[in-house]
Amino acid sequence: MAIAVTPLPTHRSTGAALLALAIGLFLAAFLVVPVATVVYVAFTEKGGGGFTLVNFLDFARTDLFVRSFWNSIYVSAMTVLWSSAFALPLAYLTTRFEFRGAGLVQTLGFLPLIMPPFVGAVAMQLLFGRNGTVNLLLDEYLGFKIGFMEGLNGVIFLQAIHYFPFILVNLSAALRNIDRSMEEAAQNLGSHGLRLFRRIAFPLALPGYVAGASLVFVKVFDDVASPLLLNVKEMLAPQAYLRITSIGIDDPMGYVIAVVLIAIAVVTMWGSAQVLKGKDYATTQRGGGGLARRPLTGRQSVLAYALVLLILALVLAPHVGLLLLSFATVWSFSPLPDGFTLAHYARVLGDSSVYITNTLLYSSLAAAIDVALGGAIAYLVLRTRLPGRSMLDWGAGAALAVPGVVLGIGYLRAFYGVKLPDGTPLAALWIMIVLAIAIRRLPYALRAAYAALQQISVSLEEAAENLGATRSRTVRRIVIPLMTGGLLAGFVTSFATAAVELSAVLMLVQNNSDAPLSYGLYVLMQTPAGRGAGAALGVIAVIIVAVCMGLSQLAAGRSQRARGLDL
Amino acid sequence: MTFRSIALAAVLVLAGGAAFAQGGKVTVVTSFSKDVTDPLKKAFEKATPGTTLEVQNRNTNAGVKFVEETKANNQVDLFWASAPDAFEVLKAKKLLAPYKPKATGIAEKVGSYPVNDKDGFYVGFAASGYGIMWNERYVKANKLPTPKEWQDLAQAPYFDHVSISAPSRSGTTHLTIETILQGEGWAKGWRTIKEIAGNLRQVTDRSFGVPENVNSGQVGYGIVIDFFAFSSQGAGFPVKFVYPSVTTLVPANIGVIANAPNKAGAEAFIEFLLSPAGQEALLEPTIRRLPVRPETYAKAPADYPNPFKDKNLQGLLTFDAGLSEKRNEAVDVLFDQLVTFQLEPLKAATKSLHELDAALAKKDNAQARALAKEARDLIAAMPITDTEAASPEIRQAFTGGKQKTARQAELEQQWAAFAKEKYTAAKAKADEGLKLAR
Repeated sequence: MAIAVTPLPTHRSTGAALLALAIGLFLAAFLVVPVATVVYVAFTEKGGGGFTLVNFLDFARTDLFVRSFWNSIYVSAMTVLWSSAFALPLAYLTTRFEFRGAGLVQTLGFLPLIMPPFVGAVAMQLLFGRNGTVNLLLDEYLGFKIGFMEGLNGVIFLQAIHYFPFILVNLSAALRNIDRSMEEAAQNLGSHGLRLFRRIAFPLALPGYVAGASLVFVKVFDDVASPLLLNVKEMLAPQAYLRITSIGIDDPMGYVIAVVLIAIAVVTMWGSAQVLKGKDYATTQRGGGGLARRPLTGRQSVLAYALVLLILALVLAPHVGLLLLSFATVWSFSPLPDGFTLAHYARVLGDSSVYITNTLLYSSLAAAIDVALGGAIAYLVLRTRLPGRSMLDWGAGAALAVPGVVLGIGYLRAFYGVKLPDGTPLAALWIMIVLAIAIRRLPYALRAAYAALQQISVSLEEAAENLGATRSRTVRRIVIPLMTGGLLAGFVTSFATAAVELSAVLMLVQNNSDAPLSYGLYVLMQTPAGRGAGAALGVIAVIIVAVCMGLSQLAAGRSQRARGLDL
Repeated sequence: MTFRSIALAAVLVLAGGAAFAQGGKVTVVTSFSKDVTDPLKKAFEKATPGTTLEVQNRNTNAGVKFVEETKANNQVDLFWASAPDAFEVLKAKKLLAPYKPKATGIAEKVGSYPVNDKDGFYVGFAASGYGIMWNERYVKANKLPTPKEWQDLAQAPYFDHVSISAPSRSGTTHLTIETILQGEGWAKGWRTIKEIAGNLRQVTDRSFGVPENVNSGQVGYGIVIDFFAFSSQGAGFPVKFVYPSVTTLVPANIGVIANAPNKAGAEAFIEFLLSPAGQEALLEPTIRRLPVRPETYAKAPADYPNPFKDKNLQGLLTFDAGLSEKRNEAVDVLFDQLVTFQLEPLKAATKSLHELDAALAKKDNAQARALAKEARDLIAAMPITDTEAASPEIRQAFTGGKQKTARQAELEQQWAAFAKEKYTAAKAKADEGLKLAR
């Protein structure tokens, strides 16, 4: 939190208090209560009902859990490093220089985040696995193999590719927000190259970087899919998942781990706020005011393009694999498929249109809820002095760590008994799927909104209020337009990742006509014959999300320009 | 920005609102894939006009949780899945209603398993056998042998090439493990299991993970249920399958959920599955389950396995379901703690032993041979006996009863530490032997 920013006086804060109350109630109803109905088991002894902490003692005394804990920390930290290595060049080159195709790079660089469940895993194995394309070719021509997908390092490799867009998106938004006169001033004083980046651009964009990096850390810490696809079970989140979802093993330890995961997420969010504490990242002038983007010299631009292409080739490899798989007849133990066909698309397009419509509907509703909530929470935390306001922040941040299956079970437990007038359970309505997805993706939008607001100088708002604008008018006319870039980043992240959400969805889907795409994918991927069709559906999902992203970016750019701001 | 998508969403809300309310709907929660459910759904709806079958596809675990969590306002009529243990859990939680099918001509037993639940809470409608599946290209490229028996998988050439799903995650794998334990006895059975486990490449957390990896050539061999292999062949993958001479047949079941909203419809679907038409549908290439109605095999293709005729599918032992149920959790947790989460030390010891065997084959050495035996005994050692595994003390550690002597987490830690120590010691012995033998 930027302490140098003086929160506005509290006297007109009834509206803010009401807003905070409403958000608090929403979070309580759709996050805290459902999760609590499941997780309280962690504090009881099996069979007996009383409160106990003995399960946490057992956690600390079990080698497997302790080992899993450190493995998770190691993997998360290393992933942040690698993700940064992928994201920094892409973000800096495309936002601060004259770089043709910057928009395309930004969009492509975002795609790895949209990896359809299951089928993405198969595609990765076929490319990078022990007998995947790369290793089969290496073995044939050079006589050795590389264990890209082995053990913890395999998880790091996969996670860095998958999650680096979090850093890319947030850092890019932050870099665009920097007043260019800052860089100009530094250049006039003789600073350039890496030093300029290290001393001026990066420090000013730190809120965006920290937002992205903390998301990556927590997300990797809590991710189940990638470790399990590599058969790495000795990490904390997979341990929780395996215990909670094994039938018959009704053990508190799964929920104990869930509590630990939530605690780690909250601590990380708190820690990332501490990093930024006591410094002011706000600049009064927005990105549009300064000089045009800097040009690259001939040699520099060759280097820059080579670097960008290399990174893109690596991080988009899974999608290339997915594309190949969706056209493949049979692909088994060979560098490329045996043959190509359009049959999978024919099969999918025939009966999946309902999945596609549902996905669009659910994801856009969820992302809209997320942006509204995230923006409001960020404003309340950074611009008011309401007591307990950071509880909202941490509460929403904790959603990141709640395993999807826990949230799904919690929703069933909390809302299935509630009947509508015609007897249908509340939890059977599709809107519950939307709410569950919105809660799961809220932290993404929240981090983005937070970073965006931190970069806006409060003096702009004070000026507006001095000129007689009411608080709500100031928010509407000054704060929201200035935050648009960050909010858009949040919307896009929430929307895109919501489109491939599976774990909570799988618990809540009640009939086929309400099912989103990820469920259709899951159903296909349970049969050998469904693999190609699953890949085709995955490609469709990626294309849909990419098109929606492109459209919303276009729309935002247009409205920004209309307001005289340059995005 | 968001306005556009909100507008889009609003349109979609209006468009997709009305999809409820129809008469004669039978809702079934199943782990079976679309390939299996679609043909049966079509045949059922044709046979009973006016009824629709609403299929909710969930994996077995999620399905059980779903039924459990929604019992207060149950909307599901049937639970339909392979794993008998899932049905046992549902039965124990009083989530199933008993139903005695009216169909006649159904076998009492298939292989060594009784077809139906003895208390009448669930009904077997098909069976499947376990066996070994392999990827021909993988095997050819690595110059590996073709397996015939379970024991083959414990041999040196198979090291790091075999895959299985964890019994705690797959009811059918659990039954296979339990059958080996009952067939060979506790001590010898675990020895066999751990010898095979020493060659494992991976223990997957989903049953389908095994055929998936064999199909894409990431592992060579998989211990799988037959229809995974057959449907993979059907989809064109270069895979082969064999039933070992002692195989296990496991029933696939269906049961009526307690307080089913459409009980009559649920029972009609069960009767349909057991009817001659329903049983014949199981022969379809995408389904390929073994019917429980012996007369149906007359219509099967020539090479179709017949558990009522084929010698190797008759089963050599009478499966004791009571014993299996008593130690259900203990066996799952033992496998996880001794194999799944100790795979590295177990594989390291096994690798050294394979090397020692190879060295001994070239040049015998009595002392080294004795060390090899010691190492094998260390690997085979078990932290508890079969009596203990089925004892109330251990069982209640898993269920939370009063007679438990330790919490589940404590037992797990003890067993894991035991296994790790034995495997490390076994590797040391094998390495020592290797020095002598060279």
